[in-house]
Amino acid sequence: MKNILILGATSAIAEKFAQNLARQNCRYYLVSRNQARLDNIADDLKIRGAGEVICHAMDLTETAKHEPLVQDAVNKIGKIDVVLIAYGSLGDQAACESSVELTLRELNTNCLSVISLSTLLANVMEKQASGCLAVISSVAGDRGRQSNYIYGTAKGALTIFLQGLRNRLAKKGVQVLTIKPGFVDTPMTKDFNKGLLWVSPDNIARGIEKAIQRRKDVVYLPFFWRYIMLIIKLIPERLFKKLSL
Amino acid sequence: MLAYGQGRSYGDVCLNNGGVILPTENLQRFIQFDRDKGILRAEAGVTLAQVLALVMPQGWFLAVTPGTKFVSLGGALANDVHGKNHHRAGSFGCHVSAFELHRSDGERLVCTPKQNSDWFRATIGGLGLTGFISWVEIKLKPISNFYINQQIYRFANLQEFLSLNDSLEANWEYTVAWIDCLARGKKLGRGLYMAGNHSDNSTADRQTIDQPSLNMPVEAPGFVLNRFSVRAFNTLYYRKPRKNISNVHYDGYFYPLDKIAHWNRMYGKRGFFQYQCVIPPDKAEQSLHQMLDTIARSGQASFLSVLKKFGENPAPGLLSFPRPGITLALDMPNRGPKTLSLLDQLDKITMHNSGAVYPAKDARMSAQAFEIYYPEWQTFRQYIDPEFSSSFWRRVSPAK
Repeated sequence: MKNILILGATSAIAEKFAQNLARQNCRYYLVSRNQARLDNIADDLKIRGAGEVICHAMDLTETAKHEPLVQDAVNKIGKIDVVLIAYGSLGDQAACESSVELTLRELNTNCLSVISLSTLLANVMEKQASGCLAVISSVAGDRGRQSNYIYGTAKGALTIFLQGLRNRLAKKGVQVLTIKPGFVDTPMTKDFNKGLLWVSPDNIARGIEKAIQRRKDVVYLPFFWRYIMLIIKLIPERLFKKLSL
Repeated sequence: MLAYGQGRSYGDVCLNNGGVILPTENLQRFIQFDRDKGILRAEAGVTLAQVLALVMPQGWFLAVTPGTKFVSLGGALANDVHGKNHHRAGSFGCHVSAFELHRSDGERLVCTPKQNSDWFRATIGGLGLTGFISWVEIKLKPISNFYINQQIYRFANLQEFLSLNDSLEANWEYTVAWIDCLARGKKLGRGLYMAGNHSDNSTADRQTIDQPSLNMPVEAPGFVLNRFSVRAFNTLYYRKPRKNISNVHYDGYFYPLDKIAHWNRMYGKRGFFQYQCVIPPDKAEQSLHQMLDTIARSGQASFLSVLKKFGENPAPGLLSFPRPGITLALDMPNRGPKTLSLLDQLDKITMHNSGAVYPAKDARMSAQAFEIYYPEWQTFRQYIDPEFSSSFWRRVSPAK
């Protein structure tokens, strides 16, 4: 039986990820802000075959509460096989531009709080010399663009942090997986017009599962975003700054 | 407002042009599953495919299943769908033990055959108009394995179909017939009768099939399905030598089209119409004869035409489609006014013989026809949520 810790468990991608693994009789420790929604998910996972589901309602942006949280998870499920960090917020770029407070809050949600959790969990996994730390970053972190560079900054910094962490933990047998989804049709993106490039949360969840199995380091989901972002990264800055991407 | 599940209804009952839709794709959680009694409660967006993936390994199956597993529980309830075992089991609604209905004024009604029973009757087959269905509880039926014992009989015309059905119905849980809609004269109504029972002695392959394995990536050009290609196909299909008895996997038996994602693209850009009617038993032979003759004469090829005798089990919904009689289902490539006028002719026959047309598959019936097919609409109307409507409803109730 695998022990799985999910931070941001009510996110659409995380929920599908948990559902898909439930048949394998996994044990879950789920964290998100909303107790009622966690309870619904817990019932669902148990029906699908989950061994045990522990729910913990808290706001993960409160970094002061991270240490007791990680401690509690270790106490309750013991060895942690997989961590999935899936929470985040797609802030309003225009609003961030006129509010430093909002900008810093977005950076805390999408980057600093994730770094805080990853740091604590990395130490746990380093000690157990096993496990996988899977973190949802974004293709938006590959290059700064005017339309959402605050979100992009947070995800870009997170990607670099994870790169360093991977380098540190590789010798200890711990997998650090950076997940870079493209456009996903979730509640976070409900206001967007959906086109050809959009995929379902289930699609991403299956990609994450596969990447963990294959012990990947960085995964673009779906795969074609690797090439889209390659092209975007190759555009010379002199030209890029004039585009409205 | 209108709830929108998988959008698998052929017509506009699932559409709300100019209005708001409430997608149920994020309502896909299971709530309760009694493994011993086979009772499952799940959020309305859960699909039948997801239900099967959960319950089949535990020895349970849907008590009634339509021809695709990619529909939501909410949609199956709202259209009171039926399957090949209607003569035994009735419609989907017969196996719904409870559901929750959210009204736009904030009221939440738990409906069962006993509690809020008037809402229960209005909502089953109620085309989503009575409010938002948030969860559904269904009774499952036990199975011992994943296989269906299938027997195929050839029949030469409509009359032979009817007598074949009379002699076989009692021994087979699932019965349905494919007919060659282009055959005329003495061959009118020739086809294949496919009878099935759950197999009792197979241990092979206990895998559920959750995704299509093939994909129709683009629309086929409009000329692919014409009277010649369909005639050739039909003749070959009818004549094809086949084993009489075979043991087939449940997925291929119940859901043949689910194997091909976007199979509808076969009909090209202009798409197709579905037409399904039911005619009371005493008038069935003569009126179906008339219909098949009308279709054959028109030369408008129906690729998939299906006959099935419904049983006496009364459907629970006020607007439920299934009722005693013979049902004929056709799909026809959209050739514009020509097709519409053919379907109007079929409607005349249906109306004249006290039959009804299935709203879930309709995109063109008139308000007048609807009123004749569903006299209960007057009672039903009182249960419609004031904030809910659909393109279908506005079409069939302009003056109401």
